[in-house]
Amino acid sequence: MKTLFDKVWDAHVVTKVKDGPTQLYIDRHLCHEVTSPQAFSGLRERGLKVFRPEQTTLTADHNIPTMGQEKPIRDEISRFQVETLAKNARDFGLTYYGLGHSKNGIVHVIGPENGFTQPGMTIVCGDSHTSTHGAFGAIAFGIGTSEVEMVLASQCILQTRPKTMRINFEGKLNENVGAKDMALYMISQLTTGGATGYFVEYAGEAVRNLTMEQRMTLCNLSIEMGARGGLIAPDETTFNYIKGRQFAPKDERWDEALAYWKTLKTDEGAVFDKEVTFDAAKIPPMITYGTNPGMGMPIDGTIPTLDDIDNAGKISFEKSLKYMGFEPGEKLVGKQIDYVFLGSCTNGRIEDFRQFTDYVKGKKKADNVTAWLVPGSWQVRRQIKDEGLDKILQEAGFEIRQPGCSACLAMNDDKVPAGKYAVSTSNRNFEGRQGPGARTILASPLVAAAAAVNGKITQP
Amino acid sequence: MEKFKTITSTYVPLPIENVDTDQIIPARFLKATTREGFGDNLFSDWRYDKEGNPKEDFVLNDPTYTGEVLVAGKNFGSGSSREHAAWAIGGYGFKVVVSSFFADIFRNNALNNGILPVVISDEFLSELFASSSKNPKATVTVNLEEQTIVNNETGRSESFEINAYKKDCLLKGLDDIDFLMSNRDKILEYENKRAFSY
Repeated sequence: MKTLFDKVWDAHVVTKVKDGPTQLYIDRHLCHEVTSPQAFSGLRERGLKVFRPEQTTLTADHNIPTMGQEKPIRDEISRFQVETLAKNARDFGLTYYGLGHSKNGIVHVIGPENGFTQPGMTIVCGDSHTSTHGAFGAIAFGIGTSEVEMVLASQCILQTRPKTMRINFEGKLNENVGAKDMALYMISQLTTGGATGYFVEYAGEAVRNLTMEQRMTLCNLSIEMGARGGLIAPDETTFNYIKGRQFAPKDERWDEALAYWKTLKTDEGAVFDKEVTFDAAKIPPMITYGTNPGMGMPIDGTIPTLDDIDNAGKISFEKSLKYMGFEPGEKLVGKQIDYVFLGSCTNGRIEDFRQFTDYVKGKKKADNVTAWLVPGSWQVRRQIKDEGLDKILQEAGFEIRQPGCSACLAMNDDKVPAGKYAVSTSNRNFEGRQGPGARTILASPLVAAAAAVNGKITQP
Repeated sequence: MEKFKTITSTYVPLPIENVDTDQIIPARFLKATTREGFGDNLFSDWRYDKEGNPKEDFVLNDPTYTGEVLVAGKNFGSGSSREHAAWAIGGYGFKVVVSSFFADIFRNNALNNGILPVVISDEFLSELFASSSKNPKATVTVNLEEQTIVNNETGRSESFEINAYKKDCLLKGLDDIDFLMSNRDKILEYENKRAFSY
C-alpha cells in the first residue's frame, strides 16, 4: 500500500546512494534569470553540456519591469542578468520564453498553462514555489543553484527522501473563503516550520472541490510551512484542465497517459508519517499581521498578546510587531492601507483576476490606495482582455500591468515604500520582501479587492 | 570545494527565530551573475540603515562578537530557495551555522557550499546564547569526523546528525556533480527501462 507521493517518488529512483540520498530522475526543469546564471557558469567551467536540453525551459520573470517591457530594461544590472539568461539559452540550445515572447510569464504560471506540468512528473526549479505544480499530482520542489547545475548536467538530483504528511480538509468551505484562506489558516495552525522535512498530500472534500487554479494556490504555499512540496491526486478536474494544452499528450499518447495518471492516488490503508485534519467550514477569510506567513488570523480577529507566545519566540514576536507598527491584541479590520498587489505565482492566474474584478465591478478604487494588478503571464493578460475584465477594472480605476513576479519580491521598480501597508495576494510577508521597510499583509484576491475599494482592511 | 576541518572558534549569537533567506540576503542583491561578493550584504537590512551606515544594535556590527560560527534561533533559513543566502554566509566567513532547526532547502544549499549546518537541542541552543552573553569570547568546537559540538565554556557537548554521503563529501571537498557525472550509465539505464516516460 503506497501513498501518491511514494508512487511518484519510486518511479523516479535511479539509484540509492549507500548511507546517503536518493538519485532522483527529473522530468521537467524550469529556469529563470535569478537562480540560474551561476549554474550555467559552473557547466562552462567543468566543460559540460546540458544532458537533456528538451526537458528544460527558461523564462524571465523575477527581475523584469511590469511597464514598458518593449523597451530595453533600464536597470543595467537587471538587463545584464536577463541577457545572460538569453545567452545561456542560445549557448546550451534551450527553449527560452524571453521578454516579448507570447509564452513569457511567471515560471509557475506558464508550466501549467502550456501543459508542461503533468501528473506523476518530477519537476524542479531554482525557486521555492515550484511546489505549485504539485496541484497536478507531481512531485515538484524548489532547489538551489548548485542543484540547478546538477539537473542541467545529469537530469538528476540527490535528495533525501522526505517524510509524508496528509492534510485533510473535510467538509465544505464557506462563501468568500478560498484556497488562499485555507493555506493561511493551515500555516497559522502548523507554523512556518511545521511541515519542514515533509512532503504533503492535500485531501478531503474541500480540496476535491477546488478548481485547478485554487489547487495551485494551495500547493504553492506548502513551502511557507516548511514543506518541500505539496501535491493533490489528479482527477477529472486535473485531466480536463490539461487536455488540449500545447505540450499535453495527444491522441493515443493521451489515452496511455490517462490510464497511468488514473493510478496516481494514495491506496486505501496507506500510512503517512503524520496526518492532520481541518474542518473546512471553520475557515474564515484570513489575513496576516506579522512578518512570516505563519502569523495569520481571521480578518476580524485580534493579534495575539505576549502571553500567548513561548519564551524563545518573544524576541522575534516583538521585533515582528514593531516592524509592522502593530500592537499585541490589536484588531486590524478597519485599518487604513496604502497599496494593493494582485499577482504572483500564488494568485496571478485568470481566476484570481475574475474574482477581484467581480468584487470591484461598479465600485471605485479608494483614492488612498495605489493598486498594482500584475497578471502571472501574457496568456493570463490576453485572457483578461478577451473576457473584458480590463474594461471593468478600468472603469473602477484600476490598470493592468505587464506580467512578472513584480512586487512579490520587489527586485524591479515595483517596491512598496518604507512604512507603507500593502494588502498583497503574494506569498511572503517577510521584512523588506516588498521593498525595504514595506509592511505586507497577505490575503486572498477577494480580501485584496475589498481593501482596494474601501481603502482599509474590510471583511469581503 | 574546500575540505571541512575541525573548528574551534568564538561565535556570533543571533537569537532570532524563523530567520528567512530574505533577511539573510534581500532580493535586490540577487542581480549578480557570479557567486562572489554576497558576504558584504549579509543581513543587509538588519546591518545597515537607509544611508548604508552600520546599525549599532546589530550583532555583526558589534566588534565584541566574531568568529567562524553563527548560532541562530530556531527554523533558520526558511523561505526562498536562493542559494545566495549560503553564498552570503560563506562569503562573510562563516563555516558553520548552528540552530535547533533548519529549513530544508537552506540546509542543502549550505552543504553544497561546504558550510556545515549543525542541529542541536533547544536547551543547548539556549545555553550557547547564555554563554556568549556572559563571555563574548566563549568558543565552540565543531568536529565533523566525530559529529560533535562542544560548548567550551561549560564543557557540554552534543552529537549531531549528517548523512554519511554528505559527511564524506564535506571531509573530502567533493560535490554532488562529481558523483552524478560518474553515474551516467545508471541514468541512461533508467531512461531506457522506465515504465512511463514523458
